[in-house]
Amino acid sequence: MLMTTLILGLVLGGTYALLALGLTLQYGIARIMNLAYGELTLAAAFLVVAFFQGAGLSPLLSLPAIALAGYGAGWLLYQVMMRPLVARSGGSGRLEVDSILATFGLLFLIQGVLLVSFGADFTSISYLDRGVSVLGVSVALNRLIAFGICILAGTALVTALRTTSWGLRMRAVALTPGSAPLVGIDVNRVARQGFALGSALAAIGGASVSMYQTFSATDGVVFTMKALVIVIMGGVGNVPGALAAGFALGLLETFVATAIDPGLTLAATFAIFLAVLLWRPQGLFGARS
Amino acid sequence: MTGISRRAALRALSFGVTSTLALTAGMALAEGDTVKIGYAVARTGPSATGAGITTIPNYELWVDSVNKAGGLTLPDGSKKMIEVVEYDNRSANQDLVRAIERLASQDKVDLILPPWGTGANLAIAPLMAKFGYPQLAVTAVTDKAPEFAARWDRSFWMLGGGHDYAKGLVDVLAAARDAGTINGKVAVVSVADGFGIDLINGARPAFEEAGFELVYDKTYPLGTSDFAALMSEAQGSGADSFVAFSYPPGSFGMTKTAQSMGYNPKVFYISVGGAFPIYPGVADGKAEGVMAIGGVNADSPAIQDYFARHTEFTGKAPDSWASAITYASLEMLEQAVERVGLDHAALAAELSGGTFETVIGEVKLEDNQLRDLWWVGQWQGGAFRAVNPGDKDGASAPVIPKPEW
Repeated sequence: MLMTTLILGLVLGGTYALLALGLTLQYGIARIMNLAYGELTLAAAFLVVAFFQGAGLSPLLSLPAIALAGYGAGWLLYQVMMRPLVARSGGSGRLEVDSILATFGLLFLIQGVLLVSFGADFTSISYLDRGVSVLGVSVALNRLIAFGICILAGTALVTALRTTSWGLRMRAVALTPGSAPLVGIDVNRVARQGFALGSALAAIGGASVSMYQTFSATDGVVFTMKALVIVIMGGVGNVPGALAAGFALGLLETFVATAIDPGLTLAATFAIFLAVLLWRPQGLFGARS
Repeated sequence: MTGISRRAALRALSFGVTSTLALTAGMALAEGDTVKIGYAVARTGPSATGAGITTIPNYELWVDSVNKAGGLTLPDGSKKMIEVVEYDNRSANQDLVRAIERLASQDKVDLILPPWGTGANLAIAPLMAKFGYPQLAVTAVTDKAPEFAARWDRSFWMLGGGHDYAKGLVDVLAAARDAGTINGKVAVVSVADGFGIDLINGARPAFEEAGFELVYDKTYPLGTSDFAALMSEAQGSGADSFVAFSYPPGSFGMTKTAQSMGYNPKVFYISVGGAFPIYPGVADGKAEGVMAIGGVNADSPAIQDYFARHTEFTGKAPDSWASAITYASLEMLEQAVERVGLDHAALAAELSGGTFETVIGEVKLEDNQLRDLWWVGQWQGGAFRAVNPGDKDGASAPVIPKPEW
């Protein structure tokens, strides 16, 4: 029983963490709290399904292309929509408020486009929907894949941020965007990369969601909310924190569902969220400011 | 630089929007002598999915069919084309109420069609009563329908209440248990939201009264997407019947989870979503034997013709629960207008007392409610057939145990 809870919880946590990685990156590096994050995820999910149903392209094969498209979309979005906001704020806190308002509008725009192009119907595909035994516990293969992608993307990201010079530049901009230009870092470029990479991760998350979950064009805010809780719990902008918080949430929900009552999963999530906000407002892994 | 060009772009955009609006308005005015029918439905927001499956396609199909046949027939035999005034209620009741007020007082439409959803229909009921419009509340499931029908005498409630559906299911299961096909244990999960609560509250006493033991009885929050833990508990409970009072995302998620973990109960029942045309696709073509809420008389020529017309017009089949009833409510309206005209009091009286020929057969309301409904359906041979009430004309016999996934 404990094993079942542990494995189901870890897999669920992996799917959660994958959804939150991009958001934490976008905020951490570009300082843009992207409320349209869930809609980007959803757009990718719809595209994957369209490729799958239209051209018979398997979601795993279209994943790299979707990730690339996500990067491109994020790049463009930053350049066209966020850049003027960044320029106007002049490095002050105004950017956060402005970006929240702007992406809140973007949310409705993307939702409208999705509704018009894909309709209001529920969307769901059957792809790798069979059970796989992991240490004697039956886990859906498509969720296991999402878990694998999360581990892969998460470790790659953490390693790249820690060890490469590219990662160093990213961290420099994340830490002190004001002083980074002094050592020759093009802040605008790095922020754009960070935002685009976050969008690529959103797209990857969406592609994996399309494999295991039923969704509709109006579900974006659900993904944003989940990701937001994880991001804030893990420490805003903190990649390992988001990973850990995602896993913690998955384990907690599964434990509560099996040992206590499935009706209390949401309550448990928000209870822990509240506890974190009260005692560690900077997040579990966030640095004290 | 950028500031100016953006401003210019915005100006161009607003000009474009205004001119489009002006054009549409102009076209509407040029229509002349028409019957104005208004509705405020959810094009965006959380209710857009339900409205987009059950409500909007049927409104559009009906208006199209009526207008192609020359328009609505009035008592004097003359015909008037239907002119639609539509607003997006954005799934918010305050927008909905404002839109209904606008339809009634500013657009002065002749008839108002209801929005999708129990909450939305309840929200507009007092307003509809105030303006005197008849309200054919189809997509509203409520046990309080008799009360509401008495309070607002021009409101009509056409989809039954939670207790009815729960009782229908218990009847089907009790018959199977008495025949020795399934044991007396039931695992039931329900979503902790309006409809799920209504159903489980109706089901608990009904199961108990029929002598069933609820060996697993849990609720889960709205928005749950992972059912692995829940389903593995249900699997281990020893029940032959799995019952879920769920919304579509949950219904679909549980189906997929049951398949991937190889959970094969003899009865697999889900609620909303099971009757949707996409369900067999969700179940990877293995929907055979799955039970759910609703159902249609799949052998009736009228239903078959309706399914074919709906598929041709919207590109997809209707759902097998509330869609046909929505369309039937519009046919009732059409026939009532032909008999008594557009006067609201006369229309309401006719809807309440008249008998109508519709796609779901002959309809006569009892105390402003449609009671002659299907409570349980089952996927059999690619169609979602009604199995309960079993003595109703057109019922199919339930197949228990369900074949393995």
